[in-house]
Amino acid sequence: MRRYFLIITPYFWLISLFVIPFLIVIRISLSDPEISIPPYTPILSLEEGWSGLLQFLRQLDLDNYIFLTQDALYWKAYLSSLRIAAFSTIIALFVGFPIAYGMAKVQRKWQTTLLILIILPFWTSFLIRVYSWIGILSTEGYLNQVLLGLGIINQPLTLLNTPFAVYVGITYTYLPFMVLPIYASLEKLDYSLLEAAEDLGCSQISAFWLITVPLCRAGILAGCFLVFIPTLGEIIIPSLLGGSNTLMIGKVLWEEFFNNRDWPVASAVAVILLIILIIPIVLFQRNEQKQQDLGTR
Amino acid sequence: MPADDIDPWDDPTAKPLIRFDRVTKRFGEFTAINNLSLNIFETEFFALLGPSGCGKTTLMRMLAGFESPTEGHIFLSGQDLAPIPPNKRMVNMMFQSYALFPHLTIYDNIAFGLRRQKTPKAELAERVDEMLNLTRLEKFAHRKPDQISGGQRQRVALARSLAKKPKLLLLDEPLGALDKKLRQETQFELMDIQEKTGTTFVIVTHDQEEAMTVASRVAVMDEGQLVQVSTPDVIYEMPNSVYVADFIGDVNLIEGKAKKVEDGIDLNWAENQPTLHCKTNKSVSNGQICHLAIRPEKITIQSDTPETKNKVQGTILDIAYLGNISTYHVQLSSGHVIKAQTSNTRRIARRSFTWEDTVWLSWTETAGIVLDK
Amino acid sequence: MKRYSWFNVTSLAAGFAFLYLPILILIIYSFNENRLVTIWAGFSTKWYVELFQNELFLDAAWVTLQVAVISSTVATVLGVMAAYVLIRAGRFWGQTLFSGLIYAPLVMPEIITGLSLLLLFIGIGLDRGITTIVLAHTTFSMCFVSVVVSSRLVLFDRSLEEAALDLGCTHWQAFQLVTLPNILPAIISGWLLAFTLSLDDLVIASFSAGPGATTLPIRIWSSVRLGVSPEINALSTILIGFVTFGIILASLISKWKSLSNSTDL
Repeated sequence: MRRYFLIITPYFWLISLFVIPFLIVIRISLSDPEISIPPYTPILSLEEGWSGLLQFLRQLDLDNYIFLTQDALYWKAYLSSLRIAAFSTIIALFVGFPIAYGMAKVQRKWQTTLLILIILPFWTSFLIRVYSWIGILSTEGYLNQVLLGLGIINQPLTLLNTPFAVYVGITYTYLPFMVLPIYASLEKLDYSLLEAAEDLGCSQISAFWLITVPLCRAGILAGCFLVFIPTLGEIIIPSLLGGSNTLMIGKVLWEEFFNNRDWPVASAVAVILLIILIIPIVLFQRNEQKQQDLGTR
Repeated sequence: MPADDIDPWDDPTAKPLIRFDRVTKRFGEFTAINNLSLNIFETEFFALLGPSGCGKTTLMRMLAGFESPTEGHIFLSGQDLAPIPPNKRMVNMMFQSYALFPHLTIYDNIAFGLRRQKTPKAELAERVDEMLNLTRLEKFAHRKPDQISGGQRQRVALARSLAKKPKLLLLDEPLGALDKKLRQETQFELMDIQEKTGTTFVIVTHDQEEAMTVASRVAVMDEGQLVQVSTPDVIYEMPNSVYVADFIGDVNLIEGKAKKVEDGIDLNWAENQPTLHCKTNKSVSNGQICHLAIRPEKITIQSDTPETKNKVQGTILDIAYLGNISTYHVQLSSGHVIKAQTSNTRRIARRSFTWEDTVWLSWTETAGIVLDK
Repeated sequence: MKRYSWFNVTSLAAGFAFLYLPILILIIYSFNENRLVTIWAGFSTKWYVELFQNELFLDAAWVTLQVAVISSTVATVLGVMAAYVLIRAGRFWGQTLFSGLIYAPLVMPEIITGLSLLLLFIGIGLDRGITTIVLAHTTFSMCFVSVVVSSRLVLFDRSLEEAALDLGCTHWQAFQLVTLPNILPAIISGWLLAFTLSLDDLVIASFSAGPGATTLPIRIWSSVRLGVSPEINALSTILIGFVTFGIILASLISKWKSLSNSTDL
């Protein structure tokens, strides 16, 4: 009896506050566009029983989805989000890997400290961390001041409200997600494997590519997914740092919802976003599963 | 090796394959190797034996190129090794952990070194097959290291390090991860393979039995220095110090004052006990503190008084029955405990001696050895 | 062994500078006299004074605190239950769905979670305010708590519980006396995580907040969209200060505990 209570409480909570809301999103995405005033047609009337249900189902349509394909704004936003997420993932990998590598090589007594320093930013507000870059990248910002002061440039650069600023922001905020799984896999790497490779005639660089990289593949992939997946739906960074030039689907969705108040279209945008996300999420899950299986063997 | 040939280490004209020339290695304050010189000859199976921390692994890692000497030089076939990085040395190493690449198959693990030196395809395949054959791993060529047993992994590691036909193969505790029975089988396999390939092997081990079994010569190490370098029988029968005698096998060490007599040394070791005599041409100063080292299997145990000069009487304190042999711990009236061994050549229904029995222990004048350090 | 190479040292130094310089600059310039944030005009704490006189921020801070405390506490209770079910309940109907439900909110874009919850609240006619934010935050943070706690619970030796049962405990007593003390550190870090997530959240709160209940991130957001402001710098510094203080305190407590444990033995 107690066991059922234990199971049912969190189950019930998640069904009613996670599953049902999402079903509502799907249902609204299939209904007729109407500005911000529920209830949306069609309406399911339970009094009519089966015929009512059939009636309801018949009236649902894909109009909102068709609308999305017709308006260039949406698919451009999807593509641009994918591109930005992919690029930022690559940048984060190039910035994050040397950090993880350095951490794994440092003496053990320093490793814990460095680990804490990597995790620490997680505990400070995401919003504040993104905000801190406005002051650095703006036209009168600190970076321009330094560059002008050093005589590297004569005129302040436009950095804020460009894709560059978005890449910086994403790399900055998601860097720990990249560093931690790579560090974890490097830390587990048996150092004698590298010595064995050298002993068998590898240079240090080829040992890195032939041994270190393949053995850290799972960690590298995990890091990439952990950056790519949340970046795809990112709103705060493109809104604060990207300005009007940066098109990302999260931002479009936000504006659709709060400014245009077209909820059925916003719901359709959300459903498509999730469908796009399913692929990397499933791949990520499989990567993790594989790693776990290896660990238990 | 034909019997009439003198061994290379006894031949002053022989050229060593490896020569350590006054090598010292320090890690910060700690001296791992202290001014060590050593020659190892071609086709030798050479064992470095010592407790952990004695510097044997450091010595081996310097040969492989993972450490470089702080002072002194190491020569391989007369060539100074110092400027040659590990990946360019004709030396391969079999790691204690085996260090098999988990993402590669057995075949690719063995082929790894050959691929680095851009061996032609046909030759590579032939060589890998030869290695698989040598180590009886043909059936497992396409498995990954985590899909085979510990003994098989050990053989993969051996095959991988032999594939490049190194001048010198280093084996770092190669059998440490195997259970006792498998270890004994593998020891003979190793000797077999060493003979077949004619490669010079240097093995690092802390297991004296293993070193004695496989090696042509054994170097006993302590605190970064060589204590004794010799063939296994000399190490066992004629240890040059208490340290070596104690490290190799079981031994009784009796401390006493030495007195030079005509054909050897008399040892005065306890009040109310007869002096012990040992035939030797070793010279000691009178009254010097020495140890008489005597192996338990060289001591005879009996109930009636023996005829020999070296005899002591005591009572049996403990009996360890090991199947093939029995070890008796006999306590003398002076408090000393001496171990004596008998081999159980017959199936006995009843032991000849039991606890608390009074017995005589005796040994010949040449059975023991006097050690002054 | 070549432990330090210039490459490692440089990449570590550059990496940590990249992570910490922006925050450091923010803190320094929060003490800037000048209203133009990027130009230094002398040390001053006047923005802190102004911040504490700003009713809007103080109200928002109060709302945020209430939401964070309630939601993280409820989320911890639910999360521990869920973790226990995941690891210990054995097989039950819909188990796969259940574990899917625990992990899904972790990867679900916040914007979709927020949108769907808002549509639910409107659908059932629930007025948006502190209650709806608490419900929303509890839902996603309970999943984080359950992941943290279940990773500890997996490592916890089940035979200890069985020993307690063998010695006459009821299931509940075994949990209370044996399991709970052992997973307590995980529960505490789960609670802290839930608390910070709630404190931090902008997107989901924006969807589920009503006119009467504005949280601090929402307030910061609307002000930040207009550009940098010295008051926000000051506020950020205070928030960062709280977090740093909390982490130092936590590590001191755990150090002190491990010290006192080792002296006990």
